[in-house]
Amino acid sequence: MREINVSDITSNIKEMCIEAAHFLSGDMSRAFNAAVENESSELGKKVLSQLKDNLKIAGEEMIPICQDTGMAVVFMEIGQDLHFTGGNLEEAINEGVRQGYKEGYLRKSVVSDPIERINTKDNTPAVIHYNIVLGEKVKITVAPKGFGSENMSRIFMLKPADGIEGVKNAVLTAVRDAGPNACPPMVVGVGIGGTFEKCAILAKKALTRPVDMPSDIPYVKELECELLDRINSMGIGPGGLGGKITAMAINIETYATHIAGLPVAVNICCHVNRHAVREL
Amino acid sequence: MDKHINVPFSKEEAKKLKIGEYVYLSGTIYTARDAAHKRMDEALNNEEELPFNIEGNIIYYMGPSPAREGRPIGSAGPTTASRMDKYTPRLLDMGMIGMVGKGKRTDAVKDAVIRNGAVYFAAVGGAGALLSKAIISSEVIAYDDLGTEAIRKLEIKDFPVIVVMDSEGNDLYKAVTAGMQKRI
Ligand code: SF4
Repeated sequence: MREINVSDITSNIKEMCIEAAHFLSGDMSRAFNAAVENESSELGKKVLSQLKDNLKIAGEEMIPICQDTGMAVVFMEIGQDLHFTGGNLEEAINEGVRQGYKEGYLRKSVVSDPIERINTKDNTPAVIHYNIVLGEKVKITVAPKGFGSENMSRIFMLKPADGIEGVKNAVLTAVRDAGPNACPPMVVGVGIGGTFEKCAILAKKALTRPVDMPSDIPYVKELECELLDRINSMGIGPGGLGGKITAMAINIETYATHIAGLPVAVNICCHVNRHAVREL
Repeated sequence: MDKHINVPFSKEEAKKLKIGEYVYLSGTIYTARDAAHKRMDEALNNEEELPFNIEGNIIYYMGPSPAREGRPIGSAGPTTASRMDKYTPRLLDMGMIGMVGKGKRTDAVKDAVIRNGAVYFAAVGGAGALLSKAIISSEVIAYDDLGTEAIRKLEIKDFPVIVVMDSEGNDLYKAVTAGMQKRI
């Protein structure tokens, strides 16, 4: 059994919050550069070149890429032979978020209660998803999520008879409705199957998969390709001002489901699809 | 094709702006987002004054990230405008000349834009670092307790925006998805 002190979790999460707010991950950079090359509309190109300059300024001067530095979503994949010492793991994660948002000059966008709406002033609590896996390591993914795009996300409880066409319609509807609100070019995360909550978590998880890594299930990979083509023929374009590149990628995750159901969740994300990953 | 205008500006100036035009704004603008709009609306309900003179002025839907030492402001890009739609027609009817944000508006906002000869600009969403460079100074003038959502008075220079709804109610977002790909 391996041991790890929770203070290591805190310090890593702090750094990852700051990193994700200022630098695109490698996969997102590649997707972004491809978008710059492929856009042909005049305003679309102008938007993308602004975003390119924006990324440069963000990294060089440590100004967050976007002022909405999000609510911190943290995925913890914990090996079952790992033992956390030195305190409460959940508190350690939140402490990392607290320190990262303070020391990184990130915006505090979290309110303690959805109706009373008092700002917690340190961007905690995070939304944390735990998974127990084999091994003695922990894989941490920090994916701060902005709400311009989060608000445009949808869940559809389809019927089995709706089939793959129903899934396509659901995704295209969500993207069309999101339009300029979600700061296109977007990244679209889709979860198909499971239960009501499982498909939502799958969709969120899908956003953290490298955007240049297609699904390894053949029909899902095909579906990703087809949907990306169809999304990019809608004309929404960068900034919603018209153009070819409405989405840079769509990642789909699937899971077993019930004989009576076909849940589909569409988690819309913007071009600042933040995700930092570390394994300890 | 790019235009430069100073804020505040007149209705005559607003009338000349057409959707798809790229405009650089300079002068003074005010920030407000959800919570500040709610408070302004309540102030008006209680027949109190707004914290600034709205006539001829622009509201920028924005809540910045904290400023680092030596900088006037942190990252400072637009937030989604539709969350302010409920409050906007009233402000337009009081003489607000324009808004800077991102995303679609309701028909009620569009009608108020036409009725008052105003204009809705988009700044590029997610370009907060770049946009912060066009902000020379920032001062909280009301609702300090709201933190990032407080009302700020900003001095801006060549702040880049695009006209997405003009004084006749033409809507660039609708135009591009209606298959009208021709650039205006
Ligand atoms: S949707 Fe993304 S880019 Fe747009 S404001 Fe939110 S976090 Fe920023």
